Amino acid sequence: MSPPLLRRARDAGLDVAARHADAVDRDARFPTEAFAALKAAGLLGAMVPRDFGGEGATLADIAAVCHELAQHCPSTGMIYAMHQIQVACVVQHGQQSAWHRTLLERLAAEQLLLASATTEAGIGGDVRSSSCAVEASGGRFRLEKNASVISYGEAADGILVTARRTPDSPASDQVIVAVLKDDCRLEQTVGWDTLGMRGTCSMGYRLSAEAGIEQILPLPYADISARTMLPTTHILWASMWLGIATDAVGRARAFVRSEARRKPGATPPGALRLAEATTMLNQMRASIVGAVRQYEEALGDADRLTSMGFAVAMNTLKVGAAQTLVRIVEQALLVCGLNGYRNDSEYSVARHLRDAHSAPLMISNDRILGNTANLLLVHKDTMGLFG
Amino acid sequence: MRATAWTALGDETAEDVASMDTTIREILADSGWLAVDVAALSDGDDLYAAGLTSHGSVNLMLALEERFDIEFPEQLLRRRTFESIAAIREAVTGLRNGTAGA
Repeated sequence: MSPPLLRRARDAGLDVAARHADAVDRDARFPTEAFAALKAAGLLGAMVPRDFGGEGATLADIAAVCHELAQHCPSTGMIYAMHQIQVACVVQHGQQSAWHRTLLERLAAEQLLLASATTEAGIGGDVRSSSCAVEASGGRFRLEKNASVISYGEAADGILVTARRTPDSPASDQVIVAVLKDDCRLEQTVGWDTLGMRGTCSMGYRLSAEAGIEQILPLPYADISARTMLPTTHILWASMWLGIATDAVGRARAFVRSEARRKPGATPPGALRLAEATTMLNQMRASIVGAVRQYEEALGDADRLTSMGFAVAMNTLKVGAAQTLVRIVEQALLVCGLNGYRNDSEYSVARHLRDAHSAPLMISNDRILGNTANLLLVHKDTMGLFG
Repeated sequence: MRATAWTALGDETAEDVASMDTTIREILADSGWLAVDVAALSDGDDLYAAGLTSHGSVNLMLALEERFDIEFPEQLLRRRTFESIAAIREAVTGLRNGTAGA
């Protein structure tokens, strides 16, 4: 019997991901070593149900792993989160289809890594619109997508791609198809030389795929998005961001402690800001725990998962967590001062700060606030304190 | 299709149903939220497949509330309520009869 999930994640994080985090960041390269360790520890297929050879891990389990990994290497944490979002879609919506049941078995047995191609050039970041379309004929389909971002596309074993259902479908009538490495060709169009999150290798590609129509997930993407992709994305991203915040606050705490030891009796000036940062950290953690609980209570209930109240709850989690992360890391930087600003100090939060600034931009907070604002025109908050 | 819808309508007469259908279709036609001609849609056709977005469905809701002088309670604010003309009619009828969300 293997050790619990979180123990294995901690080992892989501490022993491998942490050791290569600087190189991954500096060279903007895929965290190869960390993913070899995660595969060896069986962490990639952990969410696959036991019937298909997985461990049947819950979203809460996976969120805890994202939080752990991001403390050591945020790019590793983010790639792990993005992979598990795709796995969750197949677990929740693929079990009625023979092809996807086989995919689930392979995810567990071979620890395949899944990426996603949802954004498209010319659409402007709206993942609920596609211009490319599935062109089916004789049991096969062809699909060409000018994907503005496919994170870690070249390292992935498969990609979940959104597209219009048919060439005649409106932009919002989308399906999601699972294509494997051998089914598709990627031609890079845009590089990934960014401020932070450099190891996610979120390059743009022209994707050409040809595969069997049975690889199209049966449920419309609109439902898959509302019921699974949207909530798991916001929960796992927020959990991973909490990992960045946790490590930044940990460094600030270590700095304050070293100051206090040097001058016993006098509370260091940064101690108050550390207390503030810790307050925000606990708020952030509580908002994630609350959202996970809401998701788990709604799981399997399509009406609840597609309700406006649920969408508003998940939207606000994302916006709040992204904003809070940036504020926490900024606070940690003020605590550590120049020692935090340096790249070569044990109290450095420079990478944390660069990575944190990606959070409000990944599915732009402004877009999500706009969507929430629209929902609030009709949504009524009828929730009690405990849901 | 029609017959089953009628049985669920309680006090509403056939005339009410016809005029409600016309009003719902008018709202959809005027809005520009659909990518297809409303006249080509049957009562049971999927409006989301016809181009209705989540943004569009909020505005559809507001237009229905204004036109029928109703307010959708939170438990009806979900995707399924607005998935077809028949589903919208059922929700609006329920709200006017005070049996919605049951």
